[in-house]
Formats: sequence, C-alpha cells, structure tokens
Amino acid sequence: MKSLAELKAIRERMQNQVGIRAEDHNHIRVVVGMATCGIAAGARPVLNTLAKEVQDRGLTDKVAVTQTGCIGLCQYEPIVEVTAPGEPKVTYIKMTPEKAVEVVNRHLVGGHVVDEYTLGAADIR
Amino acid sequence: MYRSHVLVCGGTGCTSSGSPQIIEKLNEEIIKQGLQDEVAVIQTGCHGLCALGPIMIVYPDASFYSMVKVEDIPEIVSEHLLKGRVVTRLLYKETVTAAGVRALIDTDFYKKQHRVALRNCGVINPEVIDEYIGTGGYEALGKVLTEMTPDEVIQVLLDSGLRGRGGGGFPTGLKWKLAKQNDGDQKYVCCNADEGDPGAFMDRSVLEGDPHVVLEAMAIAGYAIGANQGYIYVRAEYPIAVERLQIAIKQAREYNLLGKDIFGTGFDFDIDLRLGAGAFVCGEETALMTSIEGKRGEPRPRPPFPAQKGLFGKPTILNNVETYANIPQIILNGPEWFASMGTEKSKGTKVFALGGKIHNTGLVEIPMGTTLREVIEEIGGGIPDGKKFKAAQTGGPSGGCIPAEHFDIPIDYDNLISIGSMMGSGGLIVMDEDDCMVDIAKFFLEFTVEESCGKCTPCRVGTRRMLEILTKITKGQATMEDLDKLEELCYYIKDNSLCGLGQTAPNPVLSTLRYFRDEYEAHIKEKRCPAGVCKALLSYVIDRDKCRGCTLCARTCPAGAIIGTVKNPHVIDPDKCVKCGACMEKCRFGAIYKK
Repeated sequence: MKSLAELKAIRERMQNQVGIRAEDHNHIRVVVGMATCGIAAGARPVLNTLAKEVQDRGLTDKVAVTQTGCIGLCQYEPIVEVTAPGEPKVTYIKMTPEKAVEVVNRHLVGGHVVDEYTLGAADIR
Repeated sequence: MYRSHVLVCGGTGCTSSGSPQIIEKLNEEIIKQGLQDEVAVIQTGCHGLCALGPIMIVYPDASFYSMVKVEDIPEIVSEHLLKGRVVTRLLYKETVTAAGVRALIDTDFYKKQHRVALRNCGVINPEVIDEYIGTGGYEALGKVLTEMTPDEVIQVLLDSGLRGRGGGGFPTGLKWKLAKQNDGDQKYVCCNADEGDPGAFMDRSVLEGDPHVVLEAMAIAGYAIGANQGYIYVRAEYPIAVERLQIAIKQAREYNLLGKDIFGTGFDFDIDLRLGAGAFVCGEETALMTSIEGKRGEPRPRPPFPAQKGLFGKPTILNNVETYANIPQIILNGPEWFASMGTEKSKGTKVFALGGKIHNTGLVEIPMGTTLREVIEEIGGGIPDGKKFKAAQTGGPSGGCIPAEHFDIPIDYDNLISIGSMMGSGGLIVMDEDDCMVDIAKFFLEFTVEESCGKCTPCRVGTRRMLEILTKITKGQATMEDLDKLEELCYYIKDNSLCGLGQTAPNPVLSTLRYFRDEYEAHIKEKRCPAGVCKALLSYVIDRDKCRGCTLCARTCPAGAIIGTVKNPHVIDPDKCVKCGACMEKCRFGAIYKK
C-alpha cells in the first residue's frame, strides 16, 4: 500500500460488511419470512438478494436484513416486511429476487413504498 | 457477501470454555444445511462477559447467545440462521424481557459502559487486517503522517488529558514531549504488555481482540518522537495474544503500514515482539527495558528516566497497551472529544477486569468518574447469594482496598490515591463478608515475596518479614507489638525500595490496616477470624439440638474426626478435624457451624 487512497478503498469495501455488526435503534428493519412455507416458496434467494443489495449499496448502517418465522399467510409467501422507525409496517408479498431489487431501489433508497407488491394491493379480504 | 455474521468470542476466557469447538461445529452444521454462502462465522476478541462464555452474537439482529454448548448448535443453525426464529431459551437472560428480546446495548451490563479502548473487541476479526481498516483503522496513522507535525501530535495528546493506563497515571503527552526533546541518533517506542497483576486481563483482551490498534498507535508514537523501531514486550503466558500480534505485524508489513516509507511519506517504522518469561518485576519500566536488552530483568534507579536514557541507553517511550488503544481514536475524533469524558483530572475511560464475589465476572469499560456502586451493583450485577459488600481491591499487589464507606466514590486516579488505593492497571476484585482482610493482605504479600527480584534489600528481606508477621497473625500467634512492627516495616519498605514493585508492596497491608484494623486486632487479641477464613482460628461445631444423627457428616469427613451413632447427636473431635468444611456443606439440617 502506497497511499491513503488505497486505505480508503479497503475501508469502503469493508465498511459495509463490518457495518452489519452495528447495533442501533434507528435501523430500518427488513424481515423475510423464512419458515418452511417461506423457504418452499423461494424466500432464500429473496433474502440473499436483499442482503447483498443492502451491502453493495452501503446501506448497512441504516438497514438490517433479518429473517422471521411463519406469520400465518403461507399462501402469500415469500413475504418481506419493512419497518422504518416511526412509520407503519409495510408488508410485501409473493416476492422474487427481481422484486426485491425494486424494493431496495424504490423503498429503501427512494423512500417510496412499492404499492403494487404490498399485501394491501393484493385485496385478500 | 454474507447476509448474516455469527460472531464467536475467541478470547482466552471463551476459548477455555470451549469456543473453538463451537466454531468447528458451527462451520460443520452451516455446510450441512447449505448456508455457507450466506452466513459467515467470525472469531472475535473478548465481549467482556467472560462469566457467560462461550459467547456468540448473530448479526444483523444482534441476538446474544451465552454459555453456548456444542449440542445447541444444530438447533441454532436450523432455527435461527435458516428460518430466522431466535432460540430464545438459549439467549443471554438479560436480553429476554416480557416485552420480547431487547438489544444488548440496553442490558445493565452494557448500558453504562462506554467502549473506546475496547471499541473493536468482540466486533472485528482480529486476524483480518481489512476488518480493522473497515472500522477506521490506520486512518489516524495516515492523518498524522500526511497532515500533522510531530509537535501537533504531541499537542493533541497533551490537550486530550490522556494519562498512562498502566497504573501510574503519568500524562502520556508529556512523556512523548520529553522523549522528543531528547536528541539521539536512535530512539525507541516500547509497549508494556507484561500484564501481571493477579486478576487483571484488560491488556490481554485488547491484544487478542484488536491487535492492530496497538501497532497503529506505536507507529504514531514513533512519528511523534522520531523513532523508527518499536518493541512489544508481551508475556509468554498469553499465547493467543502473541499469536494474534504476530499475525497482525505480518499483515501490517504486507500492506506496508509497517516498514519503509509508510504511505509514501518517507517515514519508516517497524515493530518486533519480545516475550516475557513470567517475571512480575518485568512490568516495571526499567526492568522491562533491561529484559528487552537480553539481560536479567532487574530494575535500575531513576533518573535517568527512559525518555532520557532508556532502551540500549537511547531515548525511549514506554506505554501500556490500553493507553495505546485510546490514541488512534483521540487523533481521529480530536482531543476535545476525549476530554469531554471523565473527571477534571482523569479524562476518558478505563477498562476494569471484574473478579471475585460478583455476578458478571468480566471486562468493562467505563467513563472515569463512574462510582464504584454503579460498577459493582449495576454493571457487575451485584454480589451473589445476597451477601454484603465488604471491600473492593484495585491495583493488584500495588494497590489497596476500597471499603463500603467509599462505595459512592467516583473512580479516578486522584480519588483512589486519596483513599489509599490506586487505579493500577485495572483489576477490580470484589470481596464480601466471607473474605478475611488479613488473609487478602497475606495473599498479595505472598505474591510480592515470590516475585521480588532480590536486587534491593528492603523489598527482598522486608516483604518476607512482613509475610512472616502476617502468617503469625492468621495463626493467632501474634502480639500487638508485632502489629506495630508490621506497620513500621511497611513505611520503611515504601521509602527505601528501588523500584515501584517494592515501593508499593506494603500497600495491601497499609490499606487493610487503615480500614480493617479491627479485624487484625480480633486475630491478635481474641484469637478469632471474624470472617471465618483463617483455619487455625476456627473450629467446626455440631449443634446438639439440630443434629438428627443421620451419620452423613461422619461418612463425609476425610479425617474420621466425627464421632456418633445413628439417631444420636454427633460430635467433632477438634484434635482430628482438618477444618475442610466438607461436613458443613453436606449437613442437611444446618446443624454444623463455624466458631
């Protein structure tokens, strides 16, 4: 290593990975249903896509991607719930890795709920 | 890219309670369940809660598992890592509340802590330099080399108010300034990692959990005083710390963060390790340097101070591990940030190793000025079994006791000195009503006698005479004249010893005499040990009214000292009794007591 720029490059690359280990009350929580029903419906690629996107974009200091068990809506799995501090929970249903990328882009980065993928839009009542 | 990080403590405490086996099983199970591309297992340094090891934290949700067993691993992997269902029954109990799982930073143990020196311990993998860089590592060195002059660096340290964490509390900035002022063709930067106080292990934890911080700070010191060679003197009894330091030095050299022309600024600096062979006196600065030179580790008189004539006769600075661990943060965050923590004359934080009669045995870092009560009752979780606090011992064999009457004293250098103890390197041993203060003083004296290097007479002979008197007292054979003689010896040894070891050796006796003279007198005048510790002064007795004659005690007694027949009260023969206490432990009716 010959320069500060090289040090900075390593820091930026590592920061997103080490950032996952921060503990903070202000994180946006992205929770993927990973019970048997979720896994069978393809929740794992969704979870991994979300985790990768969040790290690649350097969002680990703001967003935590975790899993949860079955929430009882097995027919709508894979389900992803997004809870931002002080805002109501948003539930996305029937997720795919492609939809997950869109949620990261529009919701986590852009701040706009992707209405068409939410439970509310599915009109299940 | 991993979606989840599983951190397993690889400090000495958790290693001895089985964390390597946990890591092995985790990796095995993760591969078995096909999660190897999603979940990373990372070995870290100490988290502080050593009593609850092995410790494991799962991120990003920060679930804190304590006392993990190998058999629990398959369940944790399939339930938590795969399906996301936290295995609540295996979590650290303090994090589980009626309202659900709470964050670790909200538990009593962590709430009042403020981690500066231990910032990365338990967070990064100490064997991967990139992880250290990822948390801002080596940025302070870069800043110092490219933006600051040596005088500016020293000024920042002076302004921060940082004082040596090894015990003496000498201002670090001043030490550096003196070393810089002294001209020399060669100067040295040394790190004292010869942590020897019984019960103290904060330096070990920093070296094991964040070795690069010490390397970075030493390079900064080298730049500030004009040295290009550093030595870390570390005890050979710390094998994990030694290994991680070796890895860290190798990695830093590969990245050219140690070596020639660092960051292209023309500054050269390298570090070598020297292993201590286990002599306590080598923690004393002049003895440490003598030992690095390859000679027998004996102290020499000061002056000249190391800043004038140190290692190999050249100007040298010698700082403790924890002192160094604070420095990169001070450079990056500014002296005002550091000076905003702590009390008027003691800035920043201090790491303490909690031990003895306390719930949360382990490592804590608190801002200076936190009271002893907060440390013991809140962070430490209090004293087990509802016993009463008697005293806390700080400063190891050089320190003294803080009695209950000073429970609310804010901990800093000057307050501790004023009540006859000292900060020391940070061992804090808690004692309850079952501890005999004469016995404690005797324990530390035994240590000093064992470790005295023998160069000067007051320490070599004096401490041995002190120990003899203490032994007489604990056997009930001493007179009040002996007590006076003991006190006189204390002051004589303090005034006449060559080095810090001898000058402070009487402190445990002096401070217990100051606060617990009545216990000494009870041993001498009444031939009685109030805490029931000194074997020669106590006898076990069976209460005739409570004894049911179950014969259990008689069968337990290793000396055959208990006589009696079934259903009749038993009696202990005091001539045969070896006072092991086994009968008292076994008795189901509470019929046996100490007198």
